[in-house]
Amino acid sequence: MRLSTLQSSFLGWLASGEESDAACLPLRRAEGLAVYQNNYRANLMACLAETFPQTLAWLGDEAFYAAAATHIDRVPPHSWTLDDYADGFPASLQEAFGDDHEVSELSLIELALSHAFVAEDAPVLRPEQMAGLDWDAVCLQAIPALSILMLSTNAADLWAALAEGETPPAAQECAPLHAVLVWRREGLCRLRVLEEGEAALLALLLSGPLEFGQLCEQAISRWGEEQGVLSIGQWLSRWVCDGLIIAPVE
Amino acid sequence: MPSKPQFGLGLRKPHYQEFLAGGVPVDFIEVISENFMVAGGRPREILRRVRRDYPVALHGVSMSVGSADGLRDDYLARLRALVDEIEPFILSDHLCWARFGAHNSHDLLPLPYIAEALDVVCANVARAQDVLGRRMLIENPSSYVGFAHDEMSEWEFLAQLVARTGCGLLLDVNNIHVSAVNHGFSSVDYLAAIPFDAVEQIHLAGHRQGAQGLIDTHDQSVSDPVWALLRVALEHAPQAAVMIERDDNIPPLPELLAELGRARAIAMEAALCA
Repeated sequence: MRLSTLQSSFLGWLASGEESDAACLPLRRAEGLAVYQNNYRANLMACLAETFPQTLAWLGDEAFYAAAATHIDRVPPHSWTLDDYADGFPASLQEAFGDDHEVSELSLIELALSHAFVAEDAPVLRPEQMAGLDWDAVCLQAIPALSILMLSTNAADLWAALAEGETPPAAQECAPLHAVLVWRREGLCRLRVLEEGEAALLALLLSGPLEFGQLCEQAISRWGEEQGVLSIGQWLSRWVCDGLIIAPVE
Repeated sequence: MPSKPQFGLGLRKPHYQEFLAGGVPVDFIEVISENFMVAGGRPREILRRVRRDYPVALHGVSMSVGSADGLRDDYLARLRALVDEIEPFILSDHLCWARFGAHNSHDLLPLPYIAEALDVVCANVARAQDVLGRRMLIENPSSYVGFAHDEMSEWEFLAQLVARTGCGLLLDVNNIHVSAVNHGFSSVDYLAAIPFDAVEQIHLAGHRQGAQGLIDTHDQSVSDPVWALLRVALEHAPQAAVMIERDDNIPPLPELLAELGRARAIAMEAALCA
């Protein structure tokens, strides 16, 4: 048997777990196959349980591990790193718990937190640096360890309660969609709910460097000159205090 | 005195703070490369800080040198970036395959020991050494199945790999014991055929008895048969760097340091008898 055929067949059997799929493998000591099957599923299950601890706590062991087992049966891992296997799980949860939107949204929060944890480092703009900037020329950019989620439920409240070991509130739909900010600051991942306007402006910075003047124009066009300038001043001050903005290159 | 680091432990999360505080009496630490092949954040920062105090061995689990369709460029590029930053004194991965096509098993899967597989592994190891700009060590695996069309033993396969690529060997004496028991070969025969000139590192670990034979679990202390194999290996490779792998059921650091002390004592005995 050619090596490529053997490897393709072996992986096919790992994914299916069906004994018949192993029959074509030219094995000695075939009973040892069970070890590889167990390792494969245990590794993937551990990845999902470690990445989504609060989703697990919300669903309970039985429902979470049943959903994880279904996901593992349907979605083989593709990346060089096991961590990436978590990426597809929120979509599977959405399918499995279609009416309970908080489940997939809770998992989206945890996935965003795990991405922020290992996102690229960047020097952040510190409050004391603001006075020395040339605001007519400065370009602002969000740190790589930042994402904005649009949620339809109180999943952020659920996550916060579960993460603190508190009894979570009941799940609620919260129409219209609201934005939740996830970011890393000084090694710790955080989240907070954003006001609609703040989310819109911060989203602009996520798409690439933006001159401060352009950001002001956006704010003024939305809320008028007085309120626009006031809002951008308040939000920019908070973004800098939260470590959301990359320090501009001198 | 040995001219290079000789006794080390794996850097694992429960012991991060102790290693960051410095002063842990080891000559080096070993880390799983993939855990630190990330863009940034706390994992990379911890490794940078620990690197200031300890030489580092990078030990990979996902290169997949046995993949029939070659190595992945993105993997090699990330590993190269980590190597350039950390400057490890040892860089290793396993004699196994983990991936074919787009499907990655995230496990160390067994290779058939046939000429075609040897050609594949030699080509992949040569390419990796070229891209990474340095010699790699390849570790013997533990295995739970064999293949009916094997054309050579594992030790013959490894010896030819060393001869053809110039790679070094990471000899895992626990893996030798596990595979010897599972497949019914002699650990002594295995060691007798190893080209010890190429052995730069030795792994120790624990295993468990499973329903299908011994399993390389890394969740136990090192067993007596494995200590005996270490003694033999050190008689032939006295300068090899020795470390203990513990990935589950991780005990307090003093317990692992005591085990490492036993390895030091065995090395001294082996040196006196040489």
